[in-house]
Amino acid sequence: MPHYLLSVVEPSFGDPPPPADLEKIMAQVDRFDREMREAGVWVFSGGLHPPATASTLRPKGEDVLVSDGPFIEGKEHLGGFSIIDVPDLDAALEWGRKAVAATTLPVEVRPFRW
Amino acid sequence: MIEELYRAEYGRAVAVLTRLLGDLDAAEEAVQDAFAAAVQRWPAAGVPPSPSGWIITTARNAAIDRLRREAKRTGKHVEAFLSQSPGGEEGPVHDERLRLIFTCCHPALSMTARVALTLRLLGGLTTPEIARVLLMSEPATAQRIVRAKQKIKAAHIPYRVPREADLPDRLGGVLAVVYLIFTEGHGADRADLCAEAIRLGRLLAELMPDEPEVLGLLALMLLTEARRPARFARDGSLVLLADQDRTLWDRSLIAEGHGLVRRCLRRDRPGPYQIQAAINAVHTDGPSSDWRQVVQLYDQLMALAPTPVVALHRAVAVAEVEGPSAGLALIEGLPLQQYHVFHAVRGDFLRRLGRPTEAAAAYAHAAALSPNEAERRFLTSRQ
Repeated sequence: MPHYLLSVVEPSFGDPPPPADLEKIMAQVDRFDREMREAGVWVFSGGLHPPATASTLRPKGEDVLVSDGPFIEGKEHLGGFSIIDVPDLDAALEWGRKAVAATTLPVEVRPFRW
Repeated sequence: MIEELYRAEYGRAVAVLTRLLGDLDAAEEAVQDAFAAAVQRWPAAGVPPSPSGWIITTARNAAIDRLRREAKRTGKHVEAFLSQSPGGEEGPVHDERLRLIFTCCHPALSMTARVALTLRLLGGLTTPEIARVLLMSEPATAQRIVRAKQKIKAAHIPYRVPREADLPDRLGGVLAVVYLIFTEGHGADRADLCAEAIRLGRLLAELMPDEPEVLGLLALMLLTEARRPARFARDGSLVLLADQDRTLWDRSLIAEGHGLVRRCLRRDRPGPYQIQAAINAVHTDGPSSDWRQVVQLYDQLMALAPTPVVALHRAVAVAEVEGPSAGLALIEGLPLQQYHVFHAVRGDFLRRLGRPTEAAAAYAHAAALSPNEAERRFLTSRQ
């Protein structure tokens, strides 16, 4: 069956939600994760450390250049993702909706090539 | 003959082949092969007894031939290419075109892509024809269609009628595509677009006769279309409803529209398209409009779809019953500064209130924003 990447889009600036809200969101995300596993659609998922913890590698002739930080500094960044295995886009969008409800953030749904 | 058949049967043939092949491009290719064969053979051999059946059978055979050649090359079985029978689907047996409509109008596609795909796959319009509808260049239109088909394939947009729970929402999306094609045609006075939208509306009404909003949309389009012959004066300028020569209206379209509105009323499941159709039924009933009834219908519409445009139209009806100052009070503050009709309505209220300078300014504003030459001329003449 087709696989889809559900990407959670986090804002890069502004204050994070207050601790109480954050705790609630984390609980929702946990529940969402469990629900995917129980439904048998879960392939992989994970949350990411902030973009500042990233290292970027670029080709330079024969060499590879290492730099500190993300590839692009954007107003938003990838905060976490899930990979799901479902029959079609309608099913993927259904799980995407649940991801939005759990994280309270925008979610991009994109099909894998294989 | 073949051209007519193409317009009438292209959608059905593509839908059947898509079901068989599980791929829109392959389906279109096979159907085009079949029509090419018809052009070649029919003039000499005569038209077969069931032309549409012939097209589908020939397309199917052309597709299977193509798959056999492909299979020889890759060593796969033909069966591997044919789509798995999509078992597990519940509910009644649907016309294949219904699946196709829901695929073309999937909410994960942009509105432009939905319009383009619907016109192409169900309407059988060519890329140049679709480009004229979208007011886009042919290459840009072709690219839109290719990209949309790629997305359907890569993202696995399903080829099926949505389940009952999602149907109202998804059906709304389909109706919006058809109505957009119609309003584009109406706004720009393009009879071809209106005719295409009505053709799609009739198809939907045939496929989903139990959905009152489908009937409502068809009635709304028919009753609007019926008045087209009276909409413009001989010099091409716009004629207001109250001043229109009612003998020019298309009586048979009006009768058909009224019949549909009555069917909707019997079902008693009102929706925005049905109410708008009912409003148009009042306008086309008898020698003049019963504005009190129109206001009541707009009240109902406001309860279901409280948008600024509906509020504007309601104000026009209220002004007919209570006078222009009541109308003016209702529209001040509506967030419609960029909508030419708002300024035209405001100009009309101000003119009737004996405030000619302000009225002229409003008409000038409306004329500057109007996309339609006849309307611009009308609005300029009012200043």
